[in-house]
Amino acid sequence: MTTSTTEVLAPPTERYTVLGWLRRNLFGSIGDSILTIIAIWLTYAMLKPSLSWGFSVAKWTVIADNLKLFMVGRYPAEELWRVWVVLYLLAAVVGFTWGAWVKGKEKAGYVLLGIPVFLALLPFSPTIRMMILALDLFGFLGIILGRRDNPKFKNWSIISLLLYFPVGILLIGGLTGETGFLPTVKPDLWGGLMLTILLAVIGIIFSFPIGVALALGRQSKLPIISWFSVGVIELVRGVPLITILFMMDLMLPLFLPAEIRVEGVIRAFVAITLFSAAYMAENVRGGLQAIPRGQYEAAHALGLNGFTTMAFIILPQALKAVIPILVSQFIGLLKDTTLVMILSLFDVLGIGKSVLGNPEYVGTAKEVYVFVAALFWVLSYGLSYASQRLETSLGVGER
Amino acid sequence: MTDKPIYEEQDPIIVCRDVQKWYGDFHALKGINMEVRKGEVIVIFGPSGSGKSTFIRTINRLEEHQGGQIIVDGIELTHDVKNIESIRKETGMVFQQFNLFPHLTVMQNVTLAPLQVRKQDKEEAEKTAMELLERVGIPEQANKFPGQLSGGQQQRVAIARALAMKPKIMLFDEPTSALDPEMIKEVLDVMIELAKSGMTMLVVTHEMGFARSVADTLYFFDEGQIVEKGSPEDIYNNPQEDRTKLFLSQILQH
Repeated sequence: MTTSTTEVLAPPTERYTVLGWLRRNLFGSIGDSILTIIAIWLTYAMLKPSLSWGFSVAKWTVIADNLKLFMVGRYPAEELWRVWVVLYLLAAVVGFTWGAWVKGKEKAGYVLLGIPVFLALLPFSPTIRMMILALDLFGFLGIILGRRDNPKFKNWSIISLLLYFPVGILLIGGLTGETGFLPTVKPDLWGGLMLTILLAVIGIIFSFPIGVALALGRQSKLPIISWFSVGVIELVRGVPLITILFMMDLMLPLFLPAEIRVEGVIRAFVAITLFSAAYMAENVRGGLQAIPRGQYEAAHALGLNGFTTMAFIILPQALKAVIPILVSQFIGLLKDTTLVMILSLFDVLGIGKSVLGNPEYVGTAKEVYVFVAALFWVLSYGLSYASQRLETSLGVGER
Repeated sequence: MTDKPIYEEQDPIIVCRDVQKWYGDFHALKGINMEVRKGEVIVIFGPSGSGKSTFIRTINRLEEHQGGQIIVDGIELTHDVKNIESIRKETGMVFQQFNLFPHLTVMQNVTLAPLQVRKQDKEEAEKTAMELLERVGIPEQANKFPGQLSGGQQQRVAIARALAMKPKIMLFDEPTSALDPEMIKEVLDVMIELAKSGMTMLVVTHEMGFARSVADTLYFFDEGQIVEKGSPEDIYNNPQEDRTKLFLSQILQH
């Protein structure tokens, strides 16, 4: 320590102007300038055909005409309000959770608000654009509410997240049979982006407890449990998702009694959950192995038994350490769900293919696939960016 | 003898008879015999690899002994999980690397075991925890996380955490070895106060000043055996064995 009379100097700060940044990074020397100009020209030359195709040649009407199909498939139009309610609830719950947990660092959450803005750029009718942008309003209200100083909000946010999923499924699937306030909408009518997201979200949620159980089972000292867990994990991880989907499609009916007919969507849920659970188990195992032995020893020395040690000491730390991996697993799953096409389900890519089957839209394959790819990219990149920002501001993944 | 220490009138609380332990082919403990009486403060020292840490870790079954007998507070340590858990409830342990739970606050670290194992109610557990944190001198850190504390503070939290279970015995496994020199004293002060309050303590340490001022009995371990035992005066001033003399000369010369 220096003496207290020493002047405390502020650390040096560097200030950039746009021009200064350009000069420093792109035009530092004559060589740099030449390289910069060549690079700009190359980029332009490569992008020009794509851009001119996108803005003048491409017939985007195929997207505009079928937007409803792309978004929700054959979901009945008169029940669409239920999807909106589910979306608004999602925005509010996510915003609330974000506000409650990421105090003072909500900025990263605003990236997620970009997803509706992108969707609103699509050729929807003005009403629907407003309704999409209203998602941001709900999300923003959620953040504002969650930011309030209330120690109970963290618990509430977990409860609301847990409640959200069954409520959302019930809203979409219906509750009251053929008629009534919420008539049943059969899963086979679910489709489009909605189905893609539902498959991924339900897959990750159900696979989480199963994956944790398998990971713990794998470490178990009881041979039956550990063999069973290793068997399931290695069997599922050893085959591609598409084979599991095929198996669900072709072989599940052989195992079940003839009168039980499982709908395609449910089969896809089961297959995706199983697949995701095996990977989840391995990720969680990685987290468990990162916990030093001293933590177990300290817990045991205090008299905690195996269960309390796991529940209060080991799992909370292991799961915190694997959050970043879980996010990337979710993004992977989101893209893998396109394989449900082989169960003749119409996820967003399946809708694309069926739209192309319509003679009216012959020759628009590029437009459709570019659009589907852009949807996936916006969702995946938005999630990945938001989660990275969340991780750095929460210090997740560090110990 | 007029100033006969109180502990000598007490019954033994830990009895070890011919304790054996192997790691694979390596014979780590070669027949350890020890009796510890209530309120006795024992310091175990010896070169690294001599089995001293292994030995105190067998007392709460963090290491399993493969031969001989260990009886703690009237309960013999066997494979019976019930016995192991009831012994662990009565035995606090402090580790070289602190081993605090990094995801819990200091307060939660201290109250976790009383809440989950002793089933105390929260208010009572937090009151006890506050008293203990005051006793180890860091009540103001109660709501911080372990990562925000210095090593010495962390080790004092670890001591408070162990004491929160109201143990009859405290085991210290090189509690000051991982600390910066200026923090060793604050931890030793807490341990000295604890020893004077009549706690039964087994301490693996090379802090010979601590050993001299509070230990009742010193044990010198080498190669998995007890080479020599005695009062601090005997061991320091009049060691009988060559190995003890050599080791003491090595650690005391600077």
